[in-house]
Amino acid sequence: MNINLTLIGQLLSFVVFVWFTMKYVWTPIMGALEKRRKEIADGLAAGERGQHEQELAKQRAKEVLKEAKIQASDILAQAQKRASEIVDDAKGSAREEGERILVAARSEIEQEVNRAREHLRERVAVLAVSGAEKILRREINADAHQQIVDQLAKEI
Amino acid sequence: MAGDTLTSSGYIKHHLTNLTFGKLPGGTYCEGEQVVTQDTWTVAHCADAAKEMGFNAIHLDTMFWSIVLGVIFLYLFKKAADSVTTGVPGGLQNFAEWIVEFIDQSVRGSFSARNDLVAPLSLTIFIWIFLMNLMDLVPVDFIPEISKLLGIHFMKVVPSTDPNATFGMAIGVFLLVLYYSIKIKGVGGFLGELTLQPFSSKNLLVNVLFIPVNFVLEFVSLIAKPVSLALRLFGNMYAGEMIFILIAIMYSAGIGMGIFGGALQLGWAIFHILIITLQAFIFMTLTIVYLDMAHHEH
Repeated sequence: MNINLTLIGQLLSFVVFVWFTMKYVWTPIMGALEKRRKEIADGLAAGERGQHEQELAKQRAKEVLKEAKIQASDILAQAQKRASEIVDDAKGSAREEGERILVAARSEIEQEVNRAREHLRERVAVLAVSGAEKILRREINADAHQQIVDQLAKEI
Repeated sequence: MAGDTLTSSGYIKHHLTNLTFGKLPGGTYCEGEQVVTQDTWTVAHCADAAKEMGFNAIHLDTMFWSIVLGVIFLYLFKKAADSVTTGVPGGLQNFAEWIVEFIDQSVRGSFSARNDLVAPLSLTIFIWIFLMNLMDLVPVDFIPEISKLLGIHFMKVVPSTDPNATFGMAIGVFLLVLYYSIKIKGVGGFLGELTLQPFSSKNLLVNVLFIPVNFVLEFVSLIAKPVSLALRLFGNMYAGEMIFILIAIMYSAGIGMGIFGGALQLGWAIFHILIITLQAFIFMTLTIVYLDMAHHEH
């Protein structure tokens, strides 16, 4: 337990060790710790920012969806309106066409009737004449009475 | 183990003698024999011879083990520091970071000024002292018996049981305390702290009269810092070492005592794990506190 030069030797090695620790051990390790701390903090901040952005995007998507829905229902309403318009138009034109066809048919019928009547009239006249001829054959000359027959036929 | 030719007191004395190298004065006696006739540079042959060498001698074992342990510490931490990454740390880096964070927390907790030296200083003190104390857990005869086979007759393996080692560190810390006291407060501020408190008066004459009283009080408390720092560590380690040696003596007293001694040694070693860590931590914490006091007026 003698105090001797060992004291100085220990003091010197202590100084050297402290110097070495300070220069080559503490600084790099502390630097790495500090850097990692910063990186983690940055990462957390980035994560938070990302979350915020995601929230914003979600909100934006919701808005877009809402707008799209409104637009879709607008389009649907328009289409419905247009469809009923088309149906109405079709109805109108069909009615017109029908009426036109009806009118045409009526006039054709009338013509037919007229023609039949003319025909009938001629037939009746012939029949009447033939009847009269039969009655009058004995008494009347066909030639002599032709004028009267024609006149009759016209009057029918 | 105590040899058959050794007495218990001889065994203890042998264990407490450092491997000392120095200039041995001629005519020194070891166990009744004159070992040298002239002044010789040599390794001391016995405890008395080591004492005769005086201040101009060096404890080779203390120097060797403390430097080896310091180099182991620096090698491990340098390795960790070289391969340090900010990504996922490996095992060694994890360990080094854990220690560094722990030291950093301790320094932040008790040191309020800004000084880049204090934290690495604390790390060195803590690990170095811990490793030196750890040598205490190596069975007391293990390394000395090996070195005896190598022809070295004295080997004290726990550097912190050598007051030279503890005082060396404490003086280093004390010099830093003085340096920072003067650097931060100036010579006047430092001397004022030594002489103008704790007693002071508004009356100038009374104040002057107080100066010697204050100086005695403050000087004692200033000197007490390194002395208590060194002696606390030395005392704890020396006492622990002594108990290990005493337990080891029990092995030579028959099988019953040997088994009892083995149980005691195990118990004391487990308890000693706490002491060696605690002493390293106390030395470090007090260093931080003293340096903090040096940075602040009070």
